[in-house]
Amino acid sequence: MKNWIRVGCDTGGIAAGADKVISALEAEKASQKLDVKIVRVGSLGLSFADPLVEVGAEGMPTVLYGNVNEVSAKAIATDHLGKKKLVEDCVVASRKRGTAIAQKVAYILVKDTASSGGDKTEYIQTSIVDELKRQGVEGVQVVRMLDAGIYDRGIVVQVLPSEVTYVDVKASDIARIVTETVKGAKVVKEILFSEADKQIRVVLRNCGIIDPENIDDYIAQKGYEALKKCFAIKPEGVIEEMKTSGLRGRGGAGFPTWLKWKLTREVQNPEKFVICNADEGDPGAFMDRSVLESDPHSVLEGMLIAAYTMGASMGYFYIRAEYPCAIARVEKAIAQARERGLLGDNIMGSGFSFNAKVRLGAGAFVCGEETALIASIEGKRGSPTPRPPFPSVKGLFGKSTAINNVETLASVPAIINMGGAEYSKHGTDKSKGTKVFAVTGKVKNAQLVEVPMGTTLHDVIYKICGGVQDAKPIKAVQTGGPSGGVIPEQHLDTPISYENLQQLGSIMGSGGMLVMDKNDCMVDVTKFYLKFCVDESCGKCAPCRVGGFQLLQLLEKISKGRGSLEDIEMIRKICVAMQKASLCGLGQTAPNPVLSTLRYFESEYKAYIDGGAVYARKMAKILAGEAPSPAAPAATNK
Amino acid sequence: MSQSSTITPNEKSDIRKEVAQHVSNWKGEEGNLIMILHAIQNQHGYVPREVAMELSREVGVTLGRIYEVLTFYHYFKLVPPGKHNISVCLGTACYLKGAPALINEVKSQLKVEEGGTTEDHEFHLDVVRCIGCCGMAPAMTVDGRTCGKVKPEDISKIIAETKSA
Amino acid sequence: MIKAKINNIDIEVPEGTTILDAARKVQVKIPTLCKHKDLLPTAACGLCIVKLKNSPKLPRACATPIENGMEITTHDSELFEVRKSVLELILSNHPNECVTCGRNGTCELQDLAADFSIREDKIKRFVRDIPIDNSNGSIVIDFRKCVKCGRCIEVCQDIQNVWALSFLERGINTRMAPAGDISLKDSPCVKCGQCSAHCPTGAIIENDETETVWKALRDENKYCTVQIAPSVRVALGEAFGYPPGTNLTKKIYTAMRRLGFKAVFDTNFSADLTIMEEASEFVERFAHGKGALPLITSCCPAWTDFMEKMHPDFIDNFSSAKSPQQMLGVMAKTYFAEKMKIDPAKIYQVSIMPCTAKKYELERTDEMHASGFMDVDVALTTRELARMIKQSGVDFNELPDGEPDSILGEYTGAGTIFGATGGVMEAAIRTAYNFVTGKNMPAFNVEAVRGMKGVKEAELEVAGHKIRVAVAHGLANVEHVLNKVREAKKAGKELPYHFIEVMACPGGCIGGGGQPYGTDDDLRMKRAKGLYNEDGEMKIRCSHDNPEIKRIYADFLGKPLSGKAHDLLHTHYKARPIYQR
Ligand SMILES: Cc1cc2nc3c(=O)[nH]c(=O)nc-3n(C[C@H](O)[C@H](O)[C@H](O)COP(=O)(O)O)c2cc1C
Ligand code: SF4
Ligand code: SF4
Ligand code: SF4
Ligand code: SF4
Ligand code: SF4
Ligand code: SF4
Ligand code: SF4
Ligand code: FES
Ligand code: FES
Ligand code: FES
Repeated sequence: MKNWIRVGCDTGGIAAGADKVISALEAEKASQKLDVKIVRVGSLGLSFADPLVEVGAEGMPTVLYGNVNEVSAKAIATDHLGKKKLVEDCVVASRKRGTAIAQKVAYILVKDTASSGGDKTEYIQTSIVDELKRQGVEGVQVVRMLDAGIYDRGIVVQVLPSEVTYVDVKASDIARIVTETVKGAKVVKEILFSEADKQIRVVLRNCGIIDPENIDDYIAQKGYEALKKCFAIKPEGVIEEMKTSGLRGRGGAGFPTWLKWKLTREVQNPEKFVICNADEGDPGAFMDRSVLESDPHSVLEGMLIAAYTMGASMGYFYIRAEYPCAIARVEKAIAQARERGLLGDNIMGSGFSFNAKVRLGAGAFVCGEETALIASIEGKRGSPTPRPPFPSVKGLFGKSTAINNVETLASVPAIINMGGAEYSKHGTDKSKGTKVFAVTGKVKNAQLVEVPMGTTLHDVIYKICGGVQDAKPIKAVQTGGPSGGVIPEQHLDTPISYENLQQLGSIMGSGGMLVMDKNDCMVDVTKFYLKFCVDESCGKCAPCRVGGFQLLQLLEKISKGRGSLEDIEMIRKICVAMQKASLCGLGQTAPNPVLSTLRYFESEYKAYIDGGAVYARKMAKILAGEAPSPAAPAATNK
Repeated sequence: MSQSSTITPNEKSDIRKEVAQHVSNWKGEEGNLIMILHAIQNQHGYVPREVAMELSREVGVTLGRIYEVLTFYHYFKLVPPGKHNISVCLGTACYLKGAPALINEVKSQLKVEEGGTTEDHEFHLDVVRCIGCCGMAPAMTVDGRTCGKVKPEDISKIIAETKSA
Repeated sequence: MIKAKINNIDIEVPEGTTILDAARKVQVKIPTLCKHKDLLPTAACGLCIVKLKNSPKLPRACATPIENGMEITTHDSELFEVRKSVLELILSNHPNECVTCGRNGTCELQDLAADFSIREDKIKRFVRDIPIDNSNGSIVIDFRKCVKCGRCIEVCQDIQNVWALSFLERGINTRMAPAGDISLKDSPCVKCGQCSAHCPTGAIIENDETETVWKALRDENKYCTVQIAPSVRVALGEAFGYPPGTNLTKKIYTAMRRLGFKAVFDTNFSADLTIMEEASEFVERFAHGKGALPLITSCCPAWTDFMEKMHPDFIDNFSSAKSPQQMLGVMAKTYFAEKMKIDPAKIYQVSIMPCTAKKYELERTDEMHASGFMDVDVALTTRELARMIKQSGVDFNELPDGEPDSILGEYTGAGTIFGATGGVMEAAIRTAYNFVTGKNMPAFNVEAVRGMKGVKEAELEVAGHKIRVAVAHGLANVEHVLNKVREAKKAGKELPYHFIEVMACPGGCIGGGGQPYGTDDDLRMKRAKGLYNEDGEMKIRCSHDNPEIKRIYADFLGKPLSGKAHDLLHTHYKARPIYQR
């Protein structure tokens, strides 16, 4: 079948109404007897435009539609498939951009991306239509885009199917575009947008493209070829390849993956386990969920490779119970792989036998910590235990165990397929490859992005996600979630790497990225993160259990305008005690948001102390949205 | 979901059968406790004490261990939930985009605390961390249905719709 | 062997030694709160953090094995400050009630606060108000004072396998609570008191009944008598500065009289009596096939409670002989009353026990009223006795020796060793040997059943018979022994044992839940040695040779297992639900 429609059916898409969209499409398909295959795929990444629908119709360029509802779904069926006409105000421009006009222009997409001034999209659209008419061009449709993928570059115009894109288009450029590009098949160099897409899709390579519930879709994308290759190069070869790739664990700590595998491999133990850590508890992070929902087989294949390398015979997916869609798809993937002999005894005749199971979390962030995770699978409270013994020596059920993050495992087949050397071309010296971030908060287009390490925070927020919502000035970005810290505006040019973020007082973490604008109160955001850690503390060790609680009390006190400078001293003291004496990463890092906001925004704390109850009341009103926001005090640069 | 909080003696044998069923589904699996508790909660909406005790007998895990686990994980409930469940997301994105105001609104309209159930058992309010729709923040779910970009003004309508549904 | 440096001092220790233990070897004391020598580290308090050269991490000394080449710093100003902050945090979540606390003066938290010069409450106090649980009469839990070290839970779950205690909830709401969030009375608790013995604070203490006893002593209508259990005599001294294991029997007799007791008995005497009954029972079952084998000792009430709840299939195997405490009580209110012509209604019998479960045993069944009255009225623990002596104005250390009341006071070495694990078995064997062969054993010591190993097994030759015995202490060790019996029974094979001794507390009663604080294996060994030394030095070392025992049978009971003996000295067991709710 030549026509297809992919509908993004990850949690976000479904919540936004993907099911209704599919029903509408199916209904049209039936009533109009359309020759089209409707596929449920996973996440297309662009959360802000959920639900997303991608359409591939014969003789037409592939087009992505966002914010689709029943009405626009109907239009897609009738106009796009029926009449080869694109639907207005729904198209999300391709992030790939062409440099030459290879095919006749059939569609012109327009969008005014300027953050100030009135929206001129419609005006430009009419102007182009008029110009086409004036020059006698027919058969070109001019369509308003929903999103151009380029921000703050004035009028953006993209011509399809060649995907040549123009920015800062002036009314005076329109005639040239029609003459030179549409008629002359030439590029107007002066306004051409030639910046390559900042994103590279390694982890997300199949997301939104394949049907996550269909193993053949995955196999068609070179699925399980990496595993076969690994059988050929043997465990030593895999370790070597992983070493060359430079991949470091994406679960937060950034431990070199090859080394973890090597160490576990060297442990003498007849029974070994691999665990895929899919507990993703960091509030506001949804990278791992998206991968599991969109491409579960790549994670499973990664797990198989890990297991083969280390000599493990059983794998567990530890998935948060809050992710029912991911759970269902992983279970399905496991069943399908088992059917195909990709799980079970003597896989592909390699002599390697392996099985995988799903285990659910039950609402405890701390279970992302390795020893707590193991305890949880064993049916106990998810309290961390001291290391050593490390899981690689004595892990699940006392056996040697390696734990890897979802994104880490999803990267593995891609690395094996492309070769470690190729993968390591991306990224910085010590931080190789690509990293997925979930960018949320006061950002214009909240979405999942995958960029090479070394991309600056600024580029991620402004070039990919469109900057701050309502074009407000940015104040800071929080990376690493509740274990991380804020990075103020003046440091946004920092290239992302484990080391750089740490130096700024934050961490890479799992990939949550929260954008805050000038109106956000840093004391309030800190309180939010700290409260999260206090709620999620397992309560085992005193520094974290009591320290976190008391720290929160002090922050509450300050934010009520009852604090004093001594309270800030006590806050610092408790932070140090927690960092140094907490048993696990949760308590050790819980003070990070506090310390980093104190480092960059102490003035905001002081404003509460100096301003007392009057100031606190005023801020509370503002935060509750009951009063307009004033200019918050400026950052204390450091 | 079950509404009753006490279980009559003649339901005892049902409990026994039910637990035996859950247990047999997980027989021979090491560390099956949490999975069995999930199955029980899926069935009742919470984990009734009688069922926990029966489970303790059936799998030979002490009641102490079962309660250690039940009270540790926020997912498990020891009391029956309300007829309708409202979960407001307090993930980072939702927080920043106004979730606290939503929670306050629900609390004051229904006179219910976070994690609590209204007196008439109609509504249960939970605060959850990221329901995966950050793009639609602030978000909440009502009986599993997701509502995105919610404003405090929308709450009364959402509640009314749920009641009549 | 591992070579490393602690505070620049070279050390060499076996592999697996923790930094904490290694430091002790070179006289370096790292502060601890959650670690107890008996237990695996819970790593909960964070006070024992130390620094490693070339590492940013501060590992916990209690939980980290030392590695070759480590260079460890245990004390510097930074570590001091962090530890002090942690301690301040712990105290901010703890009531400030030392003067009215059961652990005032013996509290590990209080000591730390003193050592770290904590002089003010810098952090606002927050203590969740949870009502005290005094429902079970043996131990009292004040949850507010709990520092969540996890020791009690580890003891109760791992050492005792009772699972009466657990942590509930999490984060700041984490609380130690009877399992399943019920009252202690409704929980599986067997009242062994090991939790209270291992708790570093006043969160779990024995149910203090000193006031009740003082009232009785002041009551002119009451004739107060007292008995002292075997293991009390080698432990009480610790509360008065004596080295552990010092045998202070005779001083204790004097102290008792000074406290106002009209008659002073010794539980060692009734231990001999127990042996007479129990050894007879064994011979009946072993040699004459009357009754179930293996025979299992039943003088430990925590163990009987445990068995009734968790292993009721062994009820028939229990010795029906009452414990020494109860035998003495009933003898006091019958035989002694008769002899001394005292109205037994007036006798008020107090027992001094190493044990919190003995408080429970007093009312275990109606048979504990065999004399027609409550056979023993109050059971005090060693710790309570120490306090009573201090309250009484008696300068214990300077007291002269005294003697017990002869009629229920004379005892043998066999009675003495009851207090240590293996002692009941050893004493019973000495007498059973005599009952079977008509002769005393050539050498009395049965080394195979002595010592601190969790399960001790031995095969003994008695007149051509092979008697297989097992001794378990610490209730978690019982299962292994019972399962062996179950398996053999099921397979129709020969029984692995004929006679089993079980004591709930690790080490037996010398490590009882009511003994002075700080018990660890070191101390247990010293206390046990105190008992074995006395036994070794005694002229009479077998229960059946005790002249007073002979007299009591001749004058009053007839012979062991007689009808009268049965009515007064034996009891029954029944299956009990593990959870009352
Ligand atoms: C409190 C806490 C929560 C964590 N949560 C997660 C998580 O949700 N997902 C994850 O992959 N790793 C999490 N980690 C990190 C894991 O413990 C572990 O380092 C990681 O799964 C290892 O996999 P990797 O080497 O592939 O990164 C967490 C760590 C801590 C201390
Ligand atoms: S640091 Fe916090 S979460 Fe980690 S073990 Fe301690 S109390 Fe539990
Ligand atoms: S437990 Fe210790 S510190 Fe607490 S009140 Fe009692 S004696 Fe004082
Ligand atoms: S130690 Fe201090 S507070 Fe306690 S009783 Fe003595 S003087 Fe009072
Ligand atoms: S007395 Fe013994 S059984 Fe009871 S709670 Fe304490 S340790 Fe557990
Ligand atoms: S009751 Fe005592 S032993 Fe138990 S956790 Fe609390 S402080 Fe520790
Ligand atoms: S062994 Fe225990 S129960 Fe028996 S007499 Fe001694 S103290 Fe009492
Ligand atoms: S061993 Fe002794 S002290 Fe411990 S519970 Fe038994 S009788 Fe009491
Ligand atoms: S933070 Fe609310 S849906 Fe993610
Ligand atoms: S003594 Fe080591 S953590 Fe408490
Ligand atoms: S309660 Fe079990 S040891 Fe304290």
